[in-house]
Amino acid sequence: MSYKAKFKVWRGEGGEGKLEDFTVEVNEGEVVLDIIHRLQATQAPDLAVRWNCKAGKCGSCSMEINGKPRLGCMTRMSTFAEDETITVTPMRTFPVIKDLVTDVSFNYQKAREIPSFTPPQGVRPGEYRMQQVDVERSQEFRKCIECFMCNNICHVIRDHEENKPAFAGPRFLMRIAELDMHPYDVADRQESAQEEHGLGYCNITKCCTEVCPEHIKITDNALIPMKERVVDRKYDPLVWLGNKIFRRPK
Amino acid sequence: MEIERHEYDVVVIGAGGAGLRAAIEARQQGKRTAIVCKSLFGKAHTVMAEGGAAAAMGNVNPDDNWMVHFRDTMRGGKFLNNWRMAELHAKEAPDRVWELEAWGALFDRTKDGKISQRNFGGHEYPRLAHVGDRTGLELIRTLQQRVVALQQEDYEQHGDYEAYIKVFAECTITRLLKDGDRISGAFGYWRESGSFVVLDAPAVVLATGGIGKSYVVTSNSWEYTGDGHALALLAGANLINMEFIQFHPTGMVWPPSVRGILVTESVRGDGGVLRNSAGERFMFNYIPEVFKDKYATTEEEGDRWYTDQANNRRPPELLPRDEVARAINSEVKAGRGSPQGGVFLDVSTRLPAEEIRRRLPSMYHQFKELADVDITAEPMQVGPTCHYIMGGVEVDADTGAAAVPGLFAAGEVSGGMHGSNRLGGNSLSDLLVFGRRAGAGAAAYVDALPARPKIGQEQLDEAREEALAPLQRTGENPYEVHHELQRTMNELVGIIRKAEEVSEALEVVEKLKERVRLVGAAGSRIYNPGWHLALDLRNMVLVSECVARAALLREESRGGHTRDDFPGMNPEWRRKLLVCSTADGSSITVEEKLQPAMRDDLITLFDRDELKKYLTDEEMSEFDGISK
Repeated sequence: MSYKAKFKVWRGEGGEGKLEDFTVEVNEGEVVLDIIHRLQATQAPDLAVRWNCKAGKCGSCSMEINGKPRLGCMTRMSTFAEDETITVTPMRTFPVIKDLVTDVSFNYQKAREIPSFTPPQGVRPGEYRMQQVDVERSQEFRKCIECFMCNNICHVIRDHEENKPAFAGPRFLMRIAELDMHPYDVADRQESAQEEHGLGYCNITKCCTEVCPEHIKITDNALIPMKERVVDRKYDPLVWLGNKIFRRPK
Repeated sequence: MEIERHEYDVVVIGAGGAGLRAAIEARQQGKRTAIVCKSLFGKAHTVMAEGGAAAAMGNVNPDDNWMVHFRDTMRGGKFLNNWRMAELHAKEAPDRVWELEAWGALFDRTKDGKISQRNFGGHEYPRLAHVGDRTGLELIRTLQQRVVALQQEDYEQHGDYEAYIKVFAECTITRLLKDGDRISGAFGYWRESGSFVVLDAPAVVLATGGIGKSYVVTSNSWEYTGDGHALALLAGANLINMEFIQFHPTGMVWPPSVRGILVTESVRGDGGVLRNSAGERFMFNYIPEVFKDKYATTEEEGDRWYTDQANNRRPPELLPRDEVARAINSEVKAGRGSPQGGVFLDVSTRLPAEEIRRRLPSMYHQFKELADVDITAEPMQVGPTCHYIMGGVEVDADTGAAAVPGLFAAGEVSGGMHGSNRLGGNSLSDLLVFGRRAGAGAAAYVDALPARPKIGQEQLDEAREEALAPLQRTGENPYEVHHELQRTMNELVGIIRKAEEVSEALEVVEKLKERVRLVGAAGSRIYNPGWHLALDLRNMVLVSECVARAALLREESRGGHTRDDFPGMNPEWRRKLLVCSTADGSSITVEEKLQPAMRDDLITLFDRDELKKYLTDEEMSEFDGISK
């Protein structure tokens, strides 16, 4: 059942690094993270990788496998041919600390810039009443495990360092949508989404949705509706058209 | 060499539910608070909790109240629980859950718009507030976002997000520091750079979770190396109930690389059944005497219970976890297991596919992606996995204070609340209730301190030397030592224990201690997992010794401690707690201690017939005196 696989793993620190070749045992049912762990235990004890739950629930082991953002723990080895060389590199959008570990502090900064949940005055804990159908929209976005692969793949910042200050990335634009759709949130989020968090930079290529390990429809269910809400408010074309038509002189 | 130094009022070690709730409380009480965690902020093991948080809100069944919850908790723990903790927990859990909602949590709803509650093993009524099967994630994210909200308030007021609460992410504490007998701070290293950090603080809250990484088959992540347990021991505090380890009955058994990963109890709560290779619902054969009148004896009655709980008893698949885990173990041993060494857990014939995907989305996802099994069409294969340690730091129920002044503990790292076995759903509520109490306890302690304890240079030098040692040796690979410890604990101090085997484990542990002192870590100090593991090994070995020593002494079977050579519960043992401590920082001493008798108004919540199954004759005559 087991075989030897060829791996290329990016190794390095302090801005320097290169792909290193490894030949390593693979057993039935294993995932890429198992192989990285086997490398640590047998060939490269100081190989750096982040991981926690190993069940796709914590979003720690984000990496790029053959150039695609993936969770190492959810990428089964059986999806590759036995003679295929598998290349594992760190997420590209964030600075590398060492090997497969990147500095993801960008994401934590952005999280802080979004005003928190703002309930109305006077509703006491225990008094909240919401219908399932009304919480489900935001619940979809709260499935997010913060693997940050959507922010990693988003072309607005992937190769454009200069856009980072003005753009929260799909993860945090989705957080704004989540709060905007929360039945009890009263903060005004639509203008700031556009003006302060860069919603306008998104041109709905859906790359974020494609890489989301939780299969959240980030673009269709969060970003596009958010764009529509912003647009509705700024210049609703129907209202504009209506005004043109009905104000015609008789 | 210059060591980075920070001053705080309260340092919380661990950023899971208990740690975050403690930190929020300390900050809300005006204390400058540091949160130190081994992983990134928001990744703690709490995210793995699936089923829900138990709180007697009575949203689904209005007959529920704190007294029913208290009784269920004591029953689940086989009456060995610290009853004051069980009382506080049952009384305060609803407020803690409602508070989360005011911080933005979105639980699943009932038809009338309240928080929905689901059935779970050992809980008499539907009681678990939940979000599908990802409740832990909702909890951690809500608390994380609450921390951020507080930071935003501080930014408004002081121009600095981190003025009153700062997260030290990917930072590991290796030693607690003391001034005389009082806590004065903590010493650790940044995982990223390997450089050292000293947190100067009069109060430390331990919230480091459990010890599962001492076992091969576990639902726990790499962080669960018993750090808080070991830090407490080394600082002079006591651990209790260390022999009680919960093996969750349903972990994945295949593929091998995910063996042990949790399959939520909600699968059974929502109708899933356990079958052996003959297709038999074997749990009906394993209803223990103490639970005989509370569980259905026929499949028909068990099935009716899902829709009519008033007139039927619950199916035995929903017995407390220790009972179900032992039953699965017996079926597999008797040769009636599934092809891959577990038993079958089937929900596919019980609920429509669409309903399964809606109620158990992450289970559907987990099996589909990791095992290529469609749980809406075929049964899962499951078996016991090391899940939770009931034992931990001995604390004061009301404040979370440990024996060492300035040291507090909450959540899995503390002991007592769950007695010999924890009910599912009582963990998330535990960490909210006691996280808050420990944070408040630490804040009150700091307020009452006459002077700030100081950190001595000598302790810093020692801590630094200890941490650097593995890098300076060319010794054995730490991964090999770790594997041997895991195998030993799994095979010899696992779900079923015998005196000879536990003694053998202790001999192995003794040898491993020596090997741990000699392990070497190759490479630099920058993000070096080999070095990190070498340092964690000290903690794992210490804690494993506690588990084995206590397991050898307790000559009865109760909850998460099953002795093949002493199969029954012994009422004499019920009142005894085994207390672990270390004088020299390396060898463990265990002493017996009597648990105080339950307060009169609490013990009279139980029927005489039930108490009789647990209490000694002497205790029963005392009870008869009270209840007259």
